[in-house]
Amino acid sequence: MRPFTYERADSPAAAAAAVERRPGAKFIAGGTNLLDLMKLEIETPAHLIDVNGLKLDTVEATPDGGLRIGALVRNTALAADQRVRRDYGVLSRALLAGASGQLRNKATTAGNLLQRTRCPYFYDTNQPCNKRQPGSGCAAIGGYSRPLAVVGSSDACIATHPSDMAVAMRALDATVETVRADGTTRKIPIAEFHRLPGDTPHIETALVPGELITAVTLPKPVGGTHVYRKVRDRASYAFALVSVAAVVQRDGSGRVAVGGVAHKPWRVEAAEGEMPRGAKAVTSGLLADAKPTHDNAFKLTLVERTLASVLAEAKG
Amino acid sequence: MKFDTPATTNPIDQLKVVGKPTDRIDGPLKTTGKATYAYEWHDVAPNVAYGWVIGSGIAKGRIASMDLEAARKAPGVVAIVTAENAGSLDKGKRNTATLLGGPEIEHYQQAVALVVAETFEQARTAAGLVRIDYTPADGAYDLAAAKDKAEKTKDGDSVVGDFAGAFAAAPVKLDETYTTPDESHAMMEPHATIAAWEGDRLTVWTSNQMIDWMVTDLSATLKMPKDKVRVISPFIGGGFGGKLFLRADALLAALGAREAGRPVKVGLSRPLMMNNTTHRPATIQRVRIGATPDGTITAIAHEGWSGNLPGGSEETATDQTRLLYAGANRLIGNRIATLDLPEGNAMRAPGEASGMMALEVAMDEMAEKLGMDPVEFRIRNDTQTDPADPNRPFSQRQLVQCLRLGAERFGWAKRNPQPGQVRDGRWLVGLGVASAFRNNLLTKSAARVRLDQRGIVTVETDMTDIGTGSYTIIAQTAAEMMGVGLDKVAVRLGDSSFPVSAGSGGQWGANNATAGVYAACVKLREAVAQKLGVNSADARFEDGQVIAGNRKVPLAEAAGADGLSAEDGIEYGDLDKKYQQSTFGAHYVEAAVDAATGEIRVRRMLAVCAAGRILNPKSARSQVIGAMTMGVGAALMEELALDKRTGFFVNHDLAGYEVPVHADIPHQEVIFLDETDPISSPMKAKGVGELGLCGVGAAVANAVHNATGLRVREYPITLDKFLDRLPAMG
Amino acid sequence: MRYSGDLDMTRRGLLLGTAATAALTAAPFRAPARAATVGETAMPPPATGTDAPSLSPVLSKVTFTVNGQRRDLELDTRTTLLDALREHLHLTGTKKGCDHGQCGACTVIVDGQRINSCLTLAVMHEGGSVTTIEGLGLPGKLHPMQAAFVEHDGYQCGYCTPGQICSAVAMLDEIKAGVPSHVTADLNAAPQATVDEYRERMSGNICRCGAYSNIVDAISNVARREA
Repeated sequence: MRPFTYERADSPAAAAAAVERRPGAKFIAGGTNLLDLMKLEIETPAHLIDVNGLKLDTVEATPDGGLRIGALVRNTALAADQRVRRDYGVLSRALLAGASGQLRNKATTAGNLLQRTRCPYFYDTNQPCNKRQPGSGCAAIGGYSRPLAVVGSSDACIATHPSDMAVAMRALDATVETVRADGTTRKIPIAEFHRLPGDTPHIETALVPGELITAVTLPKPVGGTHVYRKVRDRASYAFALVSVAAVVQRDGSGRVAVGGVAHKPWRVEAAEGEMPRGAKAVTSGLLADAKPTHDNAFKLTLVERTLASVLAEAKG
Repeated sequence: MKFDTPATTNPIDQLKVVGKPTDRIDGPLKTTGKATYAYEWHDVAPNVAYGWVIGSGIAKGRIASMDLEAARKAPGVVAIVTAENAGSLDKGKRNTATLLGGPEIEHYQQAVALVVAETFEQARTAAGLVRIDYTPADGAYDLAAAKDKAEKTKDGDSVVGDFAGAFAAAPVKLDETYTTPDESHAMMEPHATIAAWEGDRLTVWTSNQMIDWMVTDLSATLKMPKDKVRVISPFIGGGFGGKLFLRADALLAALGAREAGRPVKVGLSRPLMMNNTTHRPATIQRVRIGATPDGTITAIAHEGWSGNLPGGSEETATDQTRLLYAGANRLIGNRIATLDLPEGNAMRAPGEASGMMALEVAMDEMAEKLGMDPVEFRIRNDTQTDPADPNRPFSQRQLVQCLRLGAERFGWAKRNPQPGQVRDGRWLVGLGVASAFRNNLLTKSAARVRLDQRGIVTVETDMTDIGTGSYTIIAQTAAEMMGVGLDKVAVRLGDSSFPVSAGSGGQWGANNATAGVYAACVKLREAVAQKLGVNSADARFEDGQVIAGNRKVPLAEAAGADGLSAEDGIEYGDLDKKYQQSTFGAHYVEAAVDAATGEIRVRRMLAVCAAGRILNPKSARSQVIGAMTMGVGAALMEELALDKRTGFFVNHDLAGYEVPVHADIPHQEVIFLDETDPISSPMKAKGVGELGLCGVGAAVANAVHNATGLRVREYPITLDKFLDRLPAMG
Repeated sequence: MRYSGDLDMTRRGLLLGTAATAALTAAPFRAPARAATVGETAMPPPATGTDAPSLSPVLSKVTFTVNGQRRDLELDTRTTLLDALREHLHLTGTKKGCDHGQCGACTVIVDGQRINSCLTLAVMHEGGSVTTIEGLGLPGKLHPMQAAFVEHDGYQCGYCTPGQICSAVAMLDEIKAGVPSHVTADLNAAPQATVDEYRERMSGNICRCGAYSNIVDAISNVARREA
């Protein structure tokens, strides 16, 4: 871990300004992913701006009947929020399927969105990795790729995004709110927040340097049955092989987002029209452009079967 | 004390203390954080500097150059050790790869440098500044590809009768191949050592299962006299075979401390460990069984392939097949290939753990072919003598009793023999069984016992407690022998200044180490009797007193102001040649398989064990449930995923290498049969710590088959291997 | 905005760092000339002599209470809470198993919540309250959870044990507080104290010795007595 200077920010705009002012600066909130990566020198910030003091840790109702989740709301608190449990069950379930009790107590809403891939080649600095060191190549391609992406990947990167929470947020059409160093704010639809790897897998989100997430908003509840199904080798404290977040209405229509298959939470709205016809029809649209490896081709079948199980469960 | 005739009645048979389910005497220390592990000795080594180990970035080849300049200049750096400045080093006879590599590289993450700095943070950062250029060489990493070049091991094949002829003639046959992956010990405490020199004397506070091996190999590697090295390891945060040997942490701490001129502490970082340390090697196992329609095995063959570095040993995965079942015609042997992977070596129940995962599935498959109940098929082929030598009986063998009792307690009769029939909501449910088998190994073990004027009995031996309960069973042994309560016994372990014990490995620790304490206590009883002028055979040691005729003398008084001390050990004759000494059991598992996703969850587990006298049923049960848990991991999730291009275990941390968590493990039942084995030792005990692992993975696999009708012969049984064979979704 | 370790502190840290390395020329603080990055990978600065000042430790003061006792520390900012406890306060009951949030051996209770002390910086806990295993009970005066672990043999090697116990104590409080879990059947009802809940909620504490079955017995015992 490289040495770094450290300061605590007292307002979002000031924090954003501080990052812009200090080269090599990064925000730190829960720290559960950043410190992990700093220990391995995959992240090497020269300056950390602790944003935990910003008053961004509340969940509030929005005028349009939705929820505004502060960037610093911890995963535990968000999952336990009565309104989330009642109206956005898929989000509560997704959060509770992730990490461990200890990690959820620290991990924040914004940090969860920004967590980096768990590709094991990314995690070993001896290995070439375009995400870690642009232009160095991708050791995962042709290597051990069982946990990696089957869709939306590129010749430069087959990493997946590890979040459960983000998959549910994608199904819920969440919006990410940010502030920039100059004080301007913007709203980024979650669909546009995470990027596909393309030729620049090291650029993972739509954020620009210095931009700070302040909140995630959820539109007003859409009702329906909420299911989050995470499939993994061990029963808990493991990343998903695949996960399915679904909101299913009584007539069989609904929304589906999938985790563990791509560089971002994967949702194809056009495929959702097939939901009343069942999992096979949805999956063929959802994963139409899939390019799995030998190791992870099973994920195509797994998504379909998991979705079928989820739809059956939603039907009751 | 030489043990060369079967034990008769002795003071242990009183079972006033031994055999009782006793809370661990080290429990209060462990549960309050007051037990001191290797990296935690702040008081003994002031001014300690911190070492950070750098591992090789390639698996095979040479270091072309190392640039240490930036690291040397980094803040706080006090020393850097590499093969270039480490001086002339030898290699301990129990190490295959050298522990400090360079310029030759033998495996990925082989240690190539230690950076020592004032603080942990500085050492880690400076290590990141070391630049190493390599000249890679081609290596062999894939066992399947190297299999055809594998050679028979030096023990040769065990051949009885005419296997080929009998198998060809058998009316019912099975010929299947199974694979087990490379596995990691993944003990919770990383390898760690504090090293301090005083002149030419070296002391290491470390985490090691076999103190005398460590002293021997550390002194040999450093080319110094053995008596100048002291090893201290009273608490060990798990080993499972991974800490049997001198490893890089201890060697590099010693070298770093010498170079820095002050004590140095080194803990291996978790991401380094899985490629730097040893692992259980992958196996390919072919099992052939021929039987008559009534289920009598007429031919059995088990061949196993594994790989290791040049000079490394094989995984003896077929060895249990020499002994477990009858059958007149047999062919059993291991083959070894050269692989340039990290060193393969012992992990909990080496040989049997992997071998039983294959053999006991093969038995299940054979029972299915025969249309027999798998419990009955095993019982049909029981043998009370070594199948290769009818004149060599087992000292005790209650396999059949274990299987029968287990079947009764587990509700085996309710199992539907037709697989894939039992449904519980979205889950397919099945039951599986496997035999458990692990040999009982005898090795000499010594102890020193002191009695002081307070009547306190202090036991000292270099035996280790790796979670096995050694402290407690040794205290129970001494208390029983000296006729005192546990509150009057102190046990000191894990120090090379104490008499050499059996150490912890191969489930030999409990029986041998307590037998050594028994021997020392016999001698101490003689010393007490002699001091009191009575015949030791006439003296009874009870309630803190020595009773001889109508004399009753408190032990404290007998000890006198100077106290009394005795040292002795157990040594063995040839009872293990005349008799086959093994431990037996039966594993029963209920597994549920998600009909949609193929996720497998274990719902119930039962082990019935016959393993001689159980010295402490509470800690022995823990040993068995822990082994069962590791067996669930081996069956369902554990695999060091290998990059066959580069010889790199890719999932090199505890997030990538999944071991079971709480949610994977149901309530576990363990039953110990009432057994004593007087052939084994004066304790009449054997080991259980590995028995609990041997067969349980196969029982899980067999339960998965009963649930789904599917066989996966490639461990671990993960859903990707059978998802496409599950019934279609409705 | 304020600097926690103010600039003087930073400079003092620098001087300490350079003083310890005679080969370095003293230079004023200079962050490596790299683009600020969020959502984009910052590559490590090249390790050259000219970048050496950025390698000097930055010291910062921090004050928090540990087991009820106020602790004033001056630490390298890189120091995790775990290493502050173990290496600076010599409270070695909190264990380092993986140092990457993958095992739970380092679990402590901070401001009432269990966390992995390996994945948080000590300087981030200014004014905080930390309870470690040593703060729960001592030999001879065990906390009920510690006593239950002994009674049920809920450990073997003992290395994950302090983390299991701290986690278990805080976990029962989480159930009481109504925090749901992955296995809670009804999200809109209060979670129940069941063994399945314990197993799921304790899954962030790995025990390689495999004492899980006994640990759950120990927790159940304590929960029953508390109920």
